[in-house]
Amino acid sequence: MIEVRDLQFSYGEGDFSLQIPRLEVAGGETVAIVGPSGSGKTTLLNLIAGIATPQSGEVVTNGQTMSGLHDAARRDIRIAGIGLVFQEFELLEYLNVFDNILLPYRINRTLALNVAIRERAEALAKRVGIADKLSRHADQLSQGERQRVAVIRALVVQPPLLLADEPTGNLDPLNKDRVLDILFQYVEQHAATLITVTHDHDILDRFQRVIDFKDFYGHATQRQIESVAGQT
Amino acid sequence: MRDVLYLAWRYLVYHRWKTAILITSIMLIVYLPVGLNAVVERSGEHLTARAAATPLLIGAKGSPIELALNSLYFSAEYPALIDYSEAMSVTESGLADGIPLYVRFRSRSHPIVGTSLDYFDFQGLSFATGRPMAVLGECVVGAAVAETLGVQPGDAVFSSTETVFDLAGVYPLKMKVAGVLERAFTPDDNAIFVDAKTAWIIEGLGHGHQDLALPEASSGVLSRSEDNIVANASIVQYNEITAENVDSFHFHGDLSNYPLTAVLVVPKDEKSGVILRGRFADADVSSQIVRPVTVIDELLDTILTIQQFIVAAVIIVASATVATAALVFLLSLKLRRREIDTMHKIGGSRLRVASTLFAEVLIVVILSGSLAAVMTMITWRYGPGVIESFILA
Repeated sequence: MIEVRDLQFSYGEGDFSLQIPRLEVAGGETVAIVGPSGSGKTTLLNLIAGIATPQSGEVVTNGQTMSGLHDAARRDIRIAGIGLVFQEFELLEYLNVFDNILLPYRINRTLALNVAIRERAEALAKRVGIADKLSRHADQLSQGERQRVAVIRALVVQPPLLLADEPTGNLDPLNKDRVLDILFQYVEQHAATLITVTHDHDILDRFQRVIDFKDFYGHATQRQIESVAGQT
Repeated sequence: MRDVLYLAWRYLVYHRWKTAILITSIMLIVYLPVGLNAVVERSGEHLTARAAATPLLIGAKGSPIELALNSLYFSAEYPALIDYSEAMSVTESGLADGIPLYVRFRSRSHPIVGTSLDYFDFQGLSFATGRPMAVLGECVVGAAVAETLGVQPGDAVFSSTETVFDLAGVYPLKMKVAGVLERAFTPDDNAIFVDAKTAWIIEGLGHGHQDLALPEASSGVLSRSEDNIVANASIVQYNEITAENVDSFHFHGDLSNYPLTAVLVVPKDEKSGVILRGRFADADVSSQIVRPVTVIDELLDTILTIQQFIVAAVIIVASATVATAALVFLLSLKLRRREIDTMHKIGGSRLRVASTLFAEVLIVVILSGSLAAVMTMITWRYGPGVIESFILA
């Protein structure tokens, strides 16, 4: 599903660099990436999603080699196969909950918005307990509710790969479990792959594999990556 | 495309106050020069059309504009007066027909036009109901007057006193409505027409009162001589002309010396008009003859010059506003960087995201333009009336 080979990525004047010799995530696998802030966890998600491109090396996502593709081609792969949950939710303030959920369909010409999609969005909203808040705007929601909207927005296109950046950050235990339940239920039902960046060590038990970026400040080595690969 | 417009519309609705201010600003930028142009153009057409249809005007020497505005549009300011003999001499010359105009008094806001029956023929006015005035004290009202005052033939209207606090002044005259004119969409719609003699009665130059020869009036008589009777204020003066008292109305002095504000001159032909104008070229003549169209054109030239200055100023302000709006838009793009990035990340192409932003601008511009168009249409329809009321006030 995901293959990273000899990846090198840096920005600034050497302020940050990420090197990953090899990383593989199998289809249907659930992986948590942990590590200190600034160690490159979110950057790795962006590279897998094709939002950023490495200076060298290969990133293969859903069978497609992202590195070397044009922005438009990477975007097409992202639209069709990747659901993104952002750390700060990234809901558009001027849209209500329902429109935020359906935003991928409104912003992508290749995705057709129809009655079935609307019903799917409503069903997801009902499942996570925000069906009565579909007409509200993001600023009228609690943190937990906003996070659930962000998760549903990622799920509504039914992607085979989910990339979630701190999906439980700033959530109380109840909402934390709720969001994780949604994600894991989705993975189970759709045999999807889930890669999550998190600082929350309490939730690591739920993942099949944990990659620890500990002591990793932009200087990933073969040894470090191997040391965390396969850990459960 | 529908989704792009939908997202743009949601953004504008959510930021409704910002949007409203933006729309209003752009609307004003478009509307001010266009609307001003429309109103001046339409007012010019209105004013010129009536002036062009009036060949010549005779009035006292002074402001030709005041003379033309009072005679053609019945403005409140009336020019210096001339004698009725001017109208008589024009007709007697055989060169033209002279139609007397005495536009000095009002009934509420409606001008009372003292004239002759020839005026109706000259202006092509026809009667919606009733007939022309036939006897002293009768009047004909324009369509707008009939509508505003709710009067029809058989009803009455009163002249207004010139000064409320002048107790010794002229009392209001009750005038019987003889006819109502068809709407002409000219100042005639708003006027009350009476015979010139009735206008003089309004002024008090002619009057009717209790017969002093009757015994019941004797207590009011102070002195009698062979050709003069002096009475006190207890003698009843009539403020309405009826079949019973019409005979008591009389005018003192020579009618040819009675006042008019102007004489509307209709020359028999072009040559006659030139000859008439030549007669007034002499510096010793106390009155003037003017071509209304020339006077109004000069007035409009002045207005056009002012308009050009205003339009120039508006264009400068508009340029500054457009520059500010562009700056605000560019700054808002910076503030919306995160939102734009989010749309890119979840698959929005650069073109799609740019289209959404462009659609916002487009909707604002279309709404502003539509609003400006509506405002211009309203101005086109009602502006001339407002401008004329300013000019004629």
